[in-house]
Amino acid sequence: MYRILQKRDLTPVTKLFVVDAPMVTKHVEPGHFVIVRADEEGERIPLTVADYDRDEGTISIVVQEVGKTSAMINRMEEGEAFSDFVGPLGVPAPLPESGRVVCIGGGFGIAPIYPIAKHLFECEDVEMTSIIGAREANLLIMEEEMQAVSEDLRVATDDGSKGHHGFVTDVLQQMIDAGEEIDEIIAIGPMPMMRATAEVTRPYGLKTWVSVDPIMVDGTGMCGACRVTVNDELKFACVDGPFFDAHTIDFEESTRRVKMYEKEEAQAYEQFKKSPQCRCGGANNG
Amino acid sequence: MAERKDDQWTKVPMKEQDPQERKNNFNEVPFGYDEEEMLKEANRCLSCKVPMCEKGCPVDVPIKDFIEELKDNNVGEAASIIKSQNSLPAICGRVCPQEEQCEVECVVGRRGEPIAIGRLERYAADWAMEQGEEDVEQAESRGHSVAVVGAGPAGLTAAGDLARMGYDVTVFEALHVPGGVLMYGIPEFRLPKALVQEEIGKLREIGVEFETNVIVGKTVLLDELLDDMGFSAVFVGAGAGLPTFVGIEGENMLGVYSANEFLTRLNLMKAYKFPEYDTPVKVGDKIAVIGAGNTAMDAARTALRCGAGEVNIVYRRTEDEMTARLEEYHHAIEEGINFHWLTNPVEFVGDEDGWLTGMRCVEMELGETDSSGRPRPVPKEGSEFEMETDIAVLALGTSPNPIVPSSTPGLETESWGGIIADEETGETTREGVFAGGDVVTGAATVILAMGAGKTAATAIDEYIREKYDE
Repeated sequence: MYRILQKRDLTPVTKLFVVDAPMVTKHVEPGHFVIVRADEEGERIPLTVADYDRDEGTISIVVQEVGKTSAMINRMEEGEAFSDFVGPLGVPAPLPESGRVVCIGGGFGIAPIYPIAKHLFECEDVEMTSIIGAREANLLIMEEEMQAVSEDLRVATDDGSKGHHGFVTDVLQQMIDAGEEIDEIIAIGPMPMMRATAEVTRPYGLKTWVSVDPIMVDGTGMCGACRVTVNDELKFACVDGPFFDAHTIDFEESTRRVKMYEKEEAQAYEQFKKSPQCRCGGANNG
Repeated sequence: MAERKDDQWTKVPMKEQDPQERKNNFNEVPFGYDEEEMLKEANRCLSCKVPMCEKGCPVDVPIKDFIEELKDNNVGEAASIIKSQNSLPAICGRVCPQEEQCEVECVVGRRGEPIAIGRLERYAADWAMEQGEEDVEQAESRGHSVAVVGAGPAGLTAAGDLARMGYDVTVFEALHVPGGVLMYGIPEFRLPKALVQEEIGKLREIGVEFETNVIVGKTVLLDELLDDMGFSAVFVGAGAGLPTFVGIEGENMLGVYSANEFLTRLNLMKAYKFPEYDTPVKVGDKIAVIGAGNTAMDAARTALRCGAGEVNIVYRRTEDEMTARLEEYHHAIEEGINFHWLTNPVEFVGDEDGWLTGMRCVEMELGETDSSGRPRPVPKEGSEFEMETDIAVLALGTSPNPIVPSSTPGLETESWGGIIADEETGETTREGVFAGGDVVTGAATVILAMGAGKTAATAIDEYIREKYDE
């Protein structure tokens, strides 16, 4: 069992968990992910490592409630434990050793971009700029943490409640238009945001990495649920990725593939919301 | 008298769940012999002076001796004899291809049907399991520990044998339960999962430790097992986990699965109990399974049990070349699975949202013999047609998982990914590292993997004695 040592509310629907998993910390690097199963009936879901502490033997993960599994996890408290927590998985993030790097985090994608930004910030020859964004100001997570690991932090919200009124990609476009020098971009967030980032940088040939977040079961190359077409070749995000050159990914296919179980996910979520487990104060609690 | 003669040359049949009933549940299909049936079958055995059957067993079960005990209804003794060589008898009694191993050698089989060795093994193993309490022999510790990578058939067998020799054995498993393909691959109705866990429980009783959720090559490196964690030797039985995709146009459409994913969702994650269990799966109304090995049969029969209206197995060769066990094939036919021989899908077609709606197939005919020794199927010109299907499952084989070799310097592999290992000993190109099972041979059978685990256990014992005990 993998105990939750600390839980923090980042937004009403986004929680950060510090989990006791010393084995996983041994070889973890920025960009790795873990597979987590909340309980015996639970599904195995991939979550990118948001931070780690080898001395303490802890791994941090950030979970945003989007369905039953994430809702269940977000209702777990300090002292409770995940039945399974395995990793580190995937290939670590491709980390440039010099130049100006822009790290873009959209929505809860800010959590996985954080350890990458943190690492790059500590590299002497890297100049770290971050762009983070969310739908609205109160859904923006880890701003302070990102501030602490960026020479330059820019914020965008869809509704303009904080920073630039618009998308993170608008801010990136402005930087490019202003002639700012950029060597490499690493973007993590919802599929449409990563796709838009790829389109912004494509005409300029700017090296852009994204971390795809497909459906997975085992996370070790066994099932092939996470297959992605990259440069017209078949890749498994779990063992070949999750980082790929954004200009080579078939985003349309990847966007479709994450919707495979939309119907079942909605069904499970609805059922969960009506159950006492939800602790939503709904029908059951009056 | 005539009837008795007949009896002597015919296997005592094993009762099975009715096909119409069983296609709606996940309960085991064959019920196993009762006492009377067991005695009758055991007594057909001729007790040959030179038991040919034993030559066919990859794990050297003393078949003649255990059947002798069964003849006298000494079931406990029979079970002990089997277990002296085989750590997982209840599993072997169910999933071994006896027809091409022990039973094919049986002398009775020259004249009639061979002795049903598998069914007798199952009887003894199940009987012993039901009795529960057994004397657990904890071997005297030899003061050395051995790490086993992968808790599938090869790893479990090596672990059991090594523990009985007195080694401290730790098995590292990537998934959340031990068992490997016995848990994620073979369906409940062919191999009940509770039974697999019970066999694994027996290994725990003799001192084998299991560490689940540990991926050797990711969580810990193989080198660390040897250098930092104090293991004197390592056995790698990581299996052939990688599914084969063949590059058929449209393979990544929604609704196209690898058999590995389809079966893992259902067996390991219990998707057939969704939404009680959280992992979903789709079987559609019409489902096509491509391939005709045991995995294809498993996928097809599982789909049927999950409510698929029409299940089609599509294979580019014929019945004669299919690799599935005959028993499984017959079960599939009885349950109403359709077979389309000499049919090869060339493209998956779908709707505008990317959902599979069908497959374009071509009819094949058999040509000259190819490198596999089977006639090569060649497409018939102008024979293209479309087969409607909501879901397609690719059961086209698997290849060795590269995680261990790619993270272990000096552990060499064949070009197709199999770890290079000595057939007689399992020795790899790295000192102290042994390997066996599908990770060496590519996808094969449970029993061959067990045989390799057994061979390696003996070699590991010799290696450790030589290196440390002098």
